[in-house]
Amino acid sequence: MRDAPAPAVPSLPRGGTDWADRAVTAAVWSVALLFTGVFLWIVGDLVRHGLPHLSWGFLTDAPMDAGRAGGIAPILVSTFLIVGVCLAVSLPLGVGTAVFLAEFSRGESLPARLVRGSLDVLAGVPSIVFGLFGNALFSLYLGMGFSILSGGLTLACMVLPILIRSTEEGLRAVPDDYRKAAAALGLSRTATLWRILLPAATPGLVVGLVLGIGRALSETAALLFTSGYVARMPGSLLDSGRSLTVHIYDLAMNVPGGEANAYATAVVLVTLLLVINMLTFQIADRWLHRRITRT
Amino acid sequence: MSQPRGDASLIWAVRGLAVASGGIVLLIVAFLALEAIPALREVGLRRFFTDASWHPADGADRGAFNLVPMVAGTLTVATGAVLIATPLGIASALFCRFYAPGALGRAYRRLVELLAGIPSVVYGFWGLVVLTPLIRQWQPPGQSLLAGILILTVMILPTVALLSESSLRSIPAAYLRGATALGLSRWATIRGVALPAARSGIFTAVILATGRAVGETMAVLMVMGNIVQVPGSVFDPVRTLTANIALEMGYAMEVHRSALFVTGLMLMAIVVVLVAANARLGREGRRA
Amino acid sequence: MRRRAVTLSNLPALMGLAFAAACSPGTEGAGSGDGTLEGRITITGSSTVAPLMGEVARRFEAEHPGVRVDVQTGGTSRGIADVRRRVAQIGMISRGLRPEEEDLDAVAVALDGITLIVHRDNHVATLSHDQVVDIFTGRVRRWDTVGGREAEITVVSKADGRATLELFLDHFGLRRDEIHPSLVIGDNQHGIRSVAGDPAAIAYVSIGTAAFESSQGRAIRMLPLDGVEPTLAAVQSGEFPASRPLNLVTFGDRSPPVQAFLSFAASERVQDLVEAQYFVPAPR
Repeated sequence: MRDAPAPAVPSLPRGGTDWADRAVTAAVWSVALLFTGVFLWIVGDLVRHGLPHLSWGFLTDAPMDAGRAGGIAPILVSTFLIVGVCLAVSLPLGVGTAVFLAEFSRGESLPARLVRGSLDVLAGVPSIVFGLFGNALFSLYLGMGFSILSGGLTLACMVLPILIRSTEEGLRAVPDDYRKAAAALGLSRTATLWRILLPAATPGLVVGLVLGIGRALSETAALLFTSGYVARMPGSLLDSGRSLTVHIYDLAMNVPGGEANAYATAVVLVTLLLVINMLTFQIADRWLHRRITRT
Repeated sequence: MSQPRGDASLIWAVRGLAVASGGIVLLIVAFLALEAIPALREVGLRRFFTDASWHPADGADRGAFNLVPMVAGTLTVATGAVLIATPLGIASALFCRFYAPGALGRAYRRLVELLAGIPSVVYGFWGLVVLTPLIRQWQPPGQSLLAGILILTVMILPTVALLSESSLRSIPAAYLRGATALGLSRWATIRGVALPAARSGIFTAVILATGRAVGETMAVLMVMGNIVQVPGSVFDPVRTLTANIALEMGYAMEVHRSALFVTGLMLMAIVVVLVAANARLGREGRRA
Repeated sequence: MRRRAVTLSNLPALMGLAFAAACSPGTEGAGSGDGTLEGRITITGSSTVAPLMGEVARRFEAEHPGVRVDVQTGGTSRGIADVRRRVAQIGMISRGLRPEEEDLDAVAVALDGITLIVHRDNHVATLSHDQVVDIFTGRVRRWDTVGGREAEITVVSKADGRATLELFLDHFGLRRDEIHPSLVIGDNQHGIRSVAGDPAAIAYVSIGTAAFESSQGRAIRMLPLDGVEPTLAAVQSGEFPASRPLNLVTFGDRSPPVQAFLSFAASERVQDLVEAQYFVPAPR
């Protein structure tokens, strides 16, 4: 259901007889099993320790006693806001840059190489450095203080390379015939982009989005110094707000007896991620469908 | 090439956005350099390579500032993790795309996506509570280079797997049909058609994963023991550059603090070298 | 969720606001005419003190609805730097003031002690001052040398600059470069975990944390320090040899809300909160 808009991909022949084919099949299946095993181990651990402490109240109450008791309602709200700011900034920036790289620059031209190189470096910047940088630029220099805005903007810088790379890959995967056909029909490049290229590149964009949201939701070090530590319900984007990960880190590493709620919070975070992934793909599918039937 | 007027504004808009995205790195480097100046002036760049050890809290004169063991730590742990995660990640993408029956493939993909989103704190905590005691039974003290490599492998695997899979998926169906029509076996089709066609995407995946491995902080700090030494074996505890910053930044004053920004610059230098090397390899790979 | 939608749709406006806010100076509050306090206080610093201050702030806000107290964390040095830069009005530090920090004013809100912990299965009952020094400097490498089982000692220490390390060095008269740890850790819980997972480990951590964790069945055991049993009572009486104050610091003048918060945080009205975070109330 999430396959590319191209006609369904043929399944490859199954019955290989030569030994290489069989060995690879066995290897690929064992890797998948190993992966699943590790996943079940880690998530199983989380669920086993966290689930007993989960309740509806945990989601709707404010934390008490440094987080050992009470719930995580304000932390959930802050997390949503931080990720929201992050996407609101990084999506246009990321898609625009990807369009530039894939459509409006020759691959080997100097500007494209510079931008791509700097993005590759950006992808390697450690989250703690993003934290220090965000603190200096957004919190102090631009005067946003410890705020959801500072945190979201810092995360936007961080997820940008992921978003750009996968959107660019998506655009590159669109066959050149589409572009030629559009040009032959006299479509402007703007129209080609909106009507044809972006819809066709959606799968790439969606992968980037999911990876980016995952990265943003799971970030700790960059947020500790920017969006901060305050566990109160935020009143605006200029308030400090503690994210789920900062909460988990504080409870697990800094608050004696905070472990149970750290696990419970981690379960909420992982569930949230699952829901967001599913929604993202569903929305992307629907959007894709509409776009394609219209054009 | 003449452009309609609407197109011109679009082009300028995407150019502007690209410049903004590309400029972020420069801002970060400038900021790190600014904060690193006091240490570079008082301690001098040389001593960051030649001092006996790392004891920056004793001040510029009596302290020691050698970063080389941490550079070694960062490089070994990242290399180890990427070497393991790349084949596993590609295998995982192949499973999803070509081996698993439809529904299973989708479920498996969802599972990999979930792994991508598990916070590094959780991985670190799991590593500290489950993994390091296991390694300790084998070879103390448990918190070690090996623990770091394993945790990082699990953390970057989803990146390799998901991005490889998405580039495998965008291979035109005609290529695959052609191979099937020629009577190629599944593995021969993958090796001869699918993987070469997806090469640039897989390459991107590995670059991003390497970046993640070099930059990972919290999980590495929790499982690697953080001793400043060049590792002699995989069971030795090691400190990475990122862990160095995270461990000491909260308590560092003056030259010590500034020395941690030098650590940050060093990290950026490593990333730049890696990216340049990757780009070179990539170009050669594409030419071949 | 509804609130989120509204806020996000206002994003451009809010960003403009943020830049406007950049031009207007900070968050200092003032007393209004009728004696009620108003304003916002930002507190940053030591991660050891932050959870306690979060609770104190919540109670303070309940008594003074006009004041918002934001507690941030990030370490002792961050607290000092932020107060000096006037980014925060109050800094939290998990040690005493140093001579070069005389420009700051400190108010002690609690005391904390550090003690040695080993794995629960380690039957060494006590270590002398010199034995501890020998272990941490690497002169003694095996537990059998000091009366324990046959195993190599895993020496767990903290990273340079951490307040607990400084106190430990002070107490044992050691220099930083004399210590040869097998593992270096960050926060207290990291130390507890490392020891609970390793029967041959020894570490030094905050007494309150260790007491709580061992009462919860964690596989650790506290050792006496120089013959004094590590209890919160011993820290309170001053009998325990390695304790430290947890301080709030300010830089220069104090506005009425800040002044009110400082006296509140050092008063008996928060004593139960101090104890709930496993610290000892500061002597007054």
